[in-house]
Amino acid sequence: MYQFLYDLIGNEILAGLLVAVVPLTIILVFALFGIWLERKVSAHMQDRLGPMRTGWHGWLQTVADLMKMLQKEDIIATDADKTLYNIAPVLVFSGSFAAYAVIPFSSKLLGSEVEIGIFYVLAISSLVVAGILMAGWSANNKYSLLGAMRAVAQIISYEIPTALIVLSMVMLMGTLSLDKISQMQTSSFWNWNIFGGAVFGLSKFLLIPFMFIAALILFISTLAEVNRVPFDIPEAESELVAGYFTEYCGMKWGMFMLAEYGNMFAVSAIIVILFFGGYQSPIGYFGNSIGVQWLVPFEQGFWFIAKGLTLVFVQMWLRWTLPRLRVDQLMTVCWKYLIPYAFLNLIIIGIISLL
Amino acid sequence: MKQYLKNTFDGIYTVLVGMKITFKHLFTPAVTIQYPDVKVKLPDRVRNRLYVNMDDCIGCDQCSRACPVSCIEIETVKSIPGEDLGITSNGKKKALWVTKFNIDIAKCCYCQLCVFPCPTECIYMTDVYEFAEYERSNFLYKFATLTDEESAQKKINYEKFQAEKAAAAAKPKPETPAQTENKSE
Repeated sequence: MYQFLYDLIGNEILAGLLVAVVPLTIILVFALFGIWLERKVSAHMQDRLGPMRTGWHGWLQTVADLMKMLQKEDIIATDADKTLYNIAPVLVFSGSFAAYAVIPFSSKLLGSEVEIGIFYVLAISSLVVAGILMAGWSANNKYSLLGAMRAVAQIISYEIPTALIVLSMVMLMGTLSLDKISQMQTSSFWNWNIFGGAVFGLSKFLLIPFMFIAALILFISTLAEVNRVPFDIPEAESELVAGYFTEYCGMKWGMFMLAEYGNMFAVSAIIVILFFGGYQSPIGYFGNSIGVQWLVPFEQGFWFIAKGLTLVFVQMWLRWTLPRLRVDQLMTVCWKYLIPYAFLNLIIIGIISLL
Repeated sequence: MKQYLKNTFDGIYTVLVGMKITFKHLFTPAVTIQYPDVKVKLPDRVRNRLYVNMDDCIGCDQCSRACPVSCIEIETVKSIPGEDLGITSNGKKKALWVTKFNIDIAKCCYCQLCVFPCPTECIYMTDVYEFAEYERSNFLYKFATLTDEESAQKKINYEKFQAEKAAAAAKPKPETPAQTENKSE
């Protein structure tokens, strides 16, 4: 994508900016759509209707909310540390936005073809932790601080099972590049990593159960990393008002919200790339069968977004099913269950891949 | 170890059970009623906004006296013999001009006590329940059909008639004009 634009324009900065606009648009549109979807899903799961009055089934509700948010007064508490307070939402959002740089939406649409894609995603998403702690600390509010502390403890804990599962997948695939991992799972859903990868043989069938376990662990731990229910103690409404962004209002609050929804899709995208074939179609390409080659990247984009949104839906589904975990339960799940299982899984996948 | 594996299994199993329940509810029809568009049918004999059908009102003041919060205010003027006020729908002859019939609905406690004494059933509860106002003065409902000039005219007519009557009564007995004057005062 960058190379194509660079050849077209011939200016590095302009091409880079244009490439960056694509994921930004995707995040913004997804946040608008995702918040609406969340409201509708939650409403229908509770036998309600949700927003109904703005547009068809209220699909413009988030746009209306955004308009309201932009007009709000920007209040900063007197005792807040103003510099940190203002940097924090930007940092949190840029952390979740930067992860999109290496996510391949289709074989033609990816920001940067770095070789260390998945490693970069894990590293850059830690920026969010710094932003959250900054937000909680600078607001000079007990609830904010408690929320930030919880968030940091939680995100750092859950990065370990995430990293272990990613490690086992990297070990199996032999590459860190998200684009190459996607390319390896081509042609049919049977070649997806959740079904043991593309190499046909005994090891493929041995891998299947462990791949399911790995996908489950990765899903749970990334769910915790984006602070969603049942792992939402950092922003627990009933205990901490709104957690680390209690003191924020207007568009700064909106940036936290945007970052949350951006993160939701980013972690879904990572799971899709590692286990569900990335942008590869499960049934083959329509463009190939009728001989229209340029249609294929668009189909890939469609499949990627469809798979990502399915996982986002599962996240929402879980959110409106489960109650919040207690702090000790949260740590128990991570340290006593997810990490041992992830370790065991890592060893077993290692042994199988040696076969 | 056994307990550990059981915990893991229970954790996943119970989450799946919960997810099954919420998924079922995703497709159950919503119970929401979209109020301004769709309204629930009100039960019979609901008590909402009062209404007075002035065509039937005979100005008997019984509703006003029944009201526990005195929200009904009625003033009447007697008609003079020549005037025809018509009859009510159940055949009663009207004898009073109702110059003022105000209901302060902000005071009303919707007890329906004013409805039962009415001899012509002209005051009753309707099924209108959306009558919020921005100004409190708008809650004073004026039901009288006569305009201010008309009611003033009726008053003058009646006073004139009374004066004529008094004059007529005074004529055969001119010896006691002082007595009538005292009475009128």
